[in-house]
Amino acid sequence: MLPLLKKMAVAAAVCLMAAPMAVLPARALVEIDVTKGNIEPLPIAITDFLSNDAIGAEIASIVTADLKRSGLFAPIDRGAFIEKIANPDATPRFEDWKVINAQALVTGRVAQEADGRLRAEFRLWDTFAGQQLIGEQFFANKANSRRIAHIIADAIYERLTGEKGYFDTRVVFIDETGAKNQRQKRLAIMDQDGANVRYLSDGRAIVLTPRFSPTRQEITYMSYEGGQPRVYLLQIETGQRELVGNFPGMTFAPRFSPDGQKVIMSLLRDDGNSNIFTMDLRSRATTRLTNSSAIDTSPSYSPDGSRIVFTSDRGGQPQIYVMGADGSGQTRISFGGGSYSTPVWSPRGDLIAFTKQAGGEFQIGVMRTDGSGERILSTGFQQEGPTWAPNGRVLMFFREAAGSGGPKLYSIDLTGRNEQAIPTKGYGSDPAWSPLLE
Amino acid sequence: MRRTAAIIRNPIVVALFLSLAVAGCASKKTPNNAADLGLGGGAAATPGSSQDFTVNVGDRIFFDTDSSVVRADAQATLTRQAQWLNKYRQYAIVVEGHADERGTREYNIALGARRAAATRDYLVSKGVAGNRLKTISYGKERPVAVCDDISCWSQNRRAVTTLGGAGS
Repeated sequence: MLPLLKKMAVAAAVCLMAAPMAVLPARALVEIDVTKGNIEPLPIAITDFLSNDAIGAEIASIVTADLKRSGLFAPIDRGAFIEKIANPDATPRFEDWKVINAQALVTGRVAQEADGRLRAEFRLWDTFAGQQLIGEQFFANKANSRRIAHIIADAIYERLTGEKGYFDTRVVFIDETGAKNQRQKRLAIMDQDGANVRYLSDGRAIVLTPRFSPTRQEITYMSYEGGQPRVYLLQIETGQRELVGNFPGMTFAPRFSPDGQKVIMSLLRDDGNSNIFTMDLRSRATTRLTNSSAIDTSPSYSPDGSRIVFTSDRGGQPQIYVMGADGSGQTRISFGGGSYSTPVWSPRGDLIAFTKQAGGEFQIGVMRTDGSGERILSTGFQQEGPTWAPNGRVLMFFREAAGSGGPKLYSIDLTGRNEQAIPTKGYGSDPAWSPLLE
Repeated sequence: MRRTAAIIRNPIVVALFLSLAVAGCASKKTPNNAADLGLGGGAAATPGSSQDFTVNVGDRIFFDTDSSVVRADAQATLTRQAQWLNKYRQYAIVVEGHADERGTREYNIALGARRAAATRDYLVSKGVAGNRLKTISYGKERPVAVCDDISCWSQNRRAVTTLGGAGS
């Protein structure tokens, strides 16, 4: 009896479909305040999904881990549950959940269809209001069971916070192994929670600074292949690689434009300075945006594509500048003392994340796009390279503690709280967050 | 049936880690050539060999923090390099620019490139043919000294003149 209101975007290889079973007006149970460090996580009960095998419990545990790591939810220990969910479609006994202070409850089931696909259904309940907030079902290949769990976690996060989730995403990064003076670096990709690591290069050439296309399963990165440091494109699924442009000198610090049609990067000039160029990936036309006798690097577009933030030492030390997408109106915005680099524009458009060096330490921080309202989120011996979760609420970066031998990946909320280590096998650096998968 | 949505209460002071401070920066002699670094065993190398260049001339110069200015001590080294390179013209030359780890990755790639270019330009000014010289920047990717204080960082802020293509 329930109308099919929307179809979730279908990924070619994945085939997930959502059919909402009930829709209520959105009302956030969790309010996100990005400037204060005092949010009390929402107590939530996530029951094992009913299934004939272990997959029901596995999905519940992935959903639980996602929501817990966000810092906005406090999943309640299963041992405290009173009601045993025998039928996830039946209205639960809300009293049993209220008494253990579960303000939200997740129930679900997962089963294999005749065609071999998994069908996962879940319901999100507001126990105090005594009503269902979401009911949805998804279909996917068995190999994508982790993605089903991440999509469910995103749906819960979005319904309860009013913000888009970021769990069904991936991270490209540089896997590092070996001694510091003989370090081997490989391109790697993983789910945002550290699962499903896959290596995209063999470690023979130094590879650096991978970044996701906003529109395709593609990354741009820098490689020292053939002894010539230059910017490349790599198709993640096919492994097909391509040199970006045919520039006379070194190219580095690449990123995509928000429409995915251009790569913006630095090109080394013969005098040893670096300027910012774009290359249109269809027409191959290149455009010079800066022309200073200084280092201009680390460009990053605003999400609407109208402006670019970058690092320049034209004033004597590295600072952050903003310009129009055509290179016009180049204006310094960082004035906080110390040097600033690696600016990255928030996907929401309102903030710029950066690395700051001051007082012998490295800090990760954010400022408004005019340079005002600087907030330092994290301070350490050596850390850099923030990247935004697609909802603009969480940053990932890499840090090397003194004497630790190598860097590791961390995430932190825009509040500066809820720092989490991202599990990687070896050392990790240069993380870049994907958009939400489709 | 509406219940207060906000669950923001009980301010908690968030402790940012103030991590390990940078170790005290004792002034230390900066090694000036490969002999100082203990790379070579004296003047026994065959004249005109790459070992001769590394040991008796000095294949590398060092830079101040976040600078690509060729210092006076480095100028002396580069002058010796130019004399040697002008005598042994069979070598093609690659100047590698490097940065220490105390900067962010992309900026340091650019800084290494500027150091390599400054070194190349100095050698050219001393008569080395520009078409023998190429440059490459490794940023902070290839440290030679590995520790967490200035004694290592000062050795990593360098430009290394490497010989290749002998006989070409």
